[in-house]
Amino acid sequence: MLTKGVPDFSEGAVSFDEDGHLERGKTPTVMNPNDAFALEAALQTRVRHGGHVSAMSMGPPGYGDVLREAMESVYADDTYLLSDRELAASDTWATAITVSSGVEKYREEVADVDLVFAGFKTADGETGQTGPQTCWALEWPIVTHVIALDIDPDERRLRAKRLVEGDVDEIETVEAPLPCMVVTDPEFEPTYRKAAHRLTHKELRAETQERAADHDEHLTTWDHVDLNLDPDYIGLDGSPTIVSSVDPIPKAPSEREATMIDPDDGAAMEPVLEELQPFAGGD
Amino acid sequence: MSANGSHENEYEHYEAVVVGCGPGGAAAAARLAEHGVETLVLERGVEAGAKNVSGGLIYAEDSAPYTIDDLFEGFREAAAERPVTDYRIHNIAGDKVKTYDLTDLHEHDTDWCDAVLRRKMDSWLQRRVHEKTSETGGGVLTNVRVNGLLREDSEGRVRPSEQSSGRSPRDGEIVGVTCDELDPIEADLIVAADGVNSELAREAGLMDWEEPDEWFQGVKAVVDMDPDAVNHRFGIDDDEGVAHLFSGDLFEDVRGGGFLYTNEESLSIGTVFHLDSLVAEQAEPHELLDALLTHPVLAHWTGDGYDEREYAAKLVPDSKKVAHREPYRDRLVLVGDAAGQMQAQGPIIKGMNHAVTAGALAADAFAITRGNADPEAAGRRYAKLLEDSGTMAKLRPKQYDLARTVAERDAVTNVVDGVLESPIGRVALGNPLADRVLERAYNSPLVVSMLPDTRTGYTTVPTVIGEARGKSIRWKNDAEPPSLEERIGDLTYDTDVGNPHIELRDDSAEASGAAVYACPVSAEAFGGGCYRTEQVKTNGDEETVVSLDTQPCVECGTCAIVADTAWEHPRGGKGVEFREG
Repeated sequence: MLTKGVPDFSEGAVSFDEDGHLERGKTPTVMNPNDAFALEAALQTRVRHGGHVSAMSMGPPGYGDVLREAMESVYADDTYLLSDRELAASDTWATAITVSSGVEKYREEVADVDLVFAGFKTADGETGQTGPQTCWALEWPIVTHVIALDIDPDERRLRAKRLVEGDVDEIETVEAPLPCMVVTDPEFEPTYRKAAHRLTHKELRAETQERAADHDEHLTTWDHVDLNLDPDYIGLDGSPTIVSSVDPIPKAPSEREATMIDPDDGAAMEPVLEELQPFAGGD
Repeated sequence: MSANGSHENEYEHYEAVVVGCGPGGAAAAARLAEHGVETLVLERGVEAGAKNVSGGLIYAEDSAPYTIDDLFEGFREAAAERPVTDYRIHNIAGDKVKTYDLTDLHEHDTDWCDAVLRRKMDSWLQRRVHEKTSETGGGVLTNVRVNGLLREDSEGRVRPSEQSSGRSPRDGEIVGVTCDELDPIEADLIVAADGVNSELAREAGLMDWEEPDEWFQGVKAVVDMDPDAVNHRFGIDDDEGVAHLFSGDLFEDVRGGGFLYTNEESLSIGTVFHLDSLVAEQAEPHELLDALLTHPVLAHWTGDGYDEREYAAKLVPDSKKVAHREPYRDRLVLVGDAAGQMQAQGPIIKGMNHAVTAGALAADAFAITRGNADPEAAGRRYAKLLEDSGTMAKLRPKQYDLARTVAERDAVTNVVDGVLESPIGRVALGNPLADRVLERAYNSPLVVSMLPDTRTGYTTVPTVIGEARGKSIRWKNDAEPPSLEERIGDLTYDTDVGNPHIELRDDSAEASGAAVYACPVSAEAFGGGCYRTEQVKTNGDEETVVSLDTQPCVECGTCAIVADTAWEHPRGGKGVEFREG
């Protein structure tokens, strides 16, 4: 399960300077909101089929809190943070290289992986590229825009419904062999129609509450040396993307003037009612 | 493909499914787990207690085979409020009040009796039940509404019952339940502990919602009060509590009475009336409650700084008339309110204790008959245990059946009332000797169990006592109870928008007009309640029709009886959520 910390863009939390630039220092970091759907998908899969769930992120050491949040919502067994000065200012490409290395290291040293879940676009970059690029680096199949899924453990296949947006929204049903990567759509909704699944869910929640209380004990941090990554291919140096400048979106000029009228003021209301008269239905 | 992982006709199976996690369901589940039975408990509230209301006293009877603290250790300390150490009834006529001590009646067969608030109590029970049932492969699930029965036809096909307005023909043996939120579940035992408006009991054809005279309706206000103020105003210590009952003319001619119980940090004050009487008198339940709340008799207790935490309502079955003698069908058994097991022993109402006994007995019956091929073996044994333990005799006292045939005729009531209200009757009831006799009569379990349900017992006698023997009280009660609109506004709802749980089948005033006043969250000339009347012009004629908005519904079930509705509970977690209960 891959997640990312992003600035909390919610009203009241986010802070911009005079030029409209985000003030990262003053804005708290939260788990990327779209990742919640991926967490739900990972949790549903675990509840139905069992297994072990780990959450992984890349970011500064403070992102431990984001992983704790992920642990609390996905009931993850443990968390992994890829964190290093050399990784700073990575674009989607460098991030994908790093994260895929993290997944590979996990497979070699922790456990084999059947599924990697990721959310749909982060709230800050909005590129939607990191997931597919990571998957490309892993050389796995990827299923995006997933709104429902199930696993056939005997056949080792994923079956999923994906939302295909176009002039008309279509729902496509696909299959993929394991291991594979799943990117959830914000329309994803977990379903628990079996009592046994709901009881498992409840049990996992109780276990996780205890685990999340001392999250640091379940957090593993890897730097570029651990990941065996060449600094030239990661971080700013490994990022081919160049953002030349960011311009604020100009406000649309107002074309109409508003006049405030007290609805109890009969005389002032009269012209309004006259204006509206032709539009009133009936007699 | 099946993206939700389900396969057709392969249903989940539990040995026992208990529907509802109130005291009856909790007792059944706990006892089943003790017998090692794999037990799944399905509760429709966001938490047990969120849908539950009671007046507020739970009894532990000396003669009962099970009490709640037998089954749940530490219940009284953790889940209950104050014990009742002082029990009185106030007979009221105008501003005159005559008080009798009812402690003898209260203590008859009583090991202990505590006031409770249901959200706190039931949610505590839920946690205990989950611990116990988890050990035998089950557990408690909240936010799940069981909506019907799963049946197996003669060819062995298992499918949900035909769902037609909550009543369906018997179309096969009951083998499980269907839910809004889960796929159907099969079970060897289904315990319907789903309360007074049990949809399962009705679908099985065991209970109905037909006759208003078989039901009471209670409304209650939980009033905030500092514990020191409770102690000071009632002259009690932290580990003491009072129960006061009120009868007489403060409710005009509506048959019923009021109560006040002390909780740790609040009071439960309410009124309970015969539903047929509410309908006949066209009384507004919230106004009757307000008549008590603003009466001078309460001035010293709540008269200043009245602060209402919650307004709630509940339908109460009258076990004398509706307690089912054979509360089972196939693998389904009914316990508690669902089976009509609510005993009105004169002024004392006992429900939760009987639900606990019944739940535990149903569990024992299943354990005894486990493995028996006859699907009704557990049900039959359960009915026998109810009988043998004396529970059924308490719920349906023989002396009541004898007395009611004579006493509940209008002619008799009128003659008796006429005598009592005459000068002779007043002297008879009003002399000091009668005073002692009456206090003793009130305290006799035998006498109160045969009191007929007429206005004589509820209104005439208390009023005459109040008038002839009572002292005038001239205290000023400044309590200003909230309006109905404010009370609804203070309740918590999670409305299932676009999916109303009650459908009005006949909107004529004749069929459904009674709901406008009998519904505890509706009133004549109040547009913000569930039911209201509207004048509709059709082809020059003007007629009165009833309309329904289920948003403010407190799920009491009154309108299922007094109006023509298709009545269901809201989906799991939806609808009203009581915080006190």
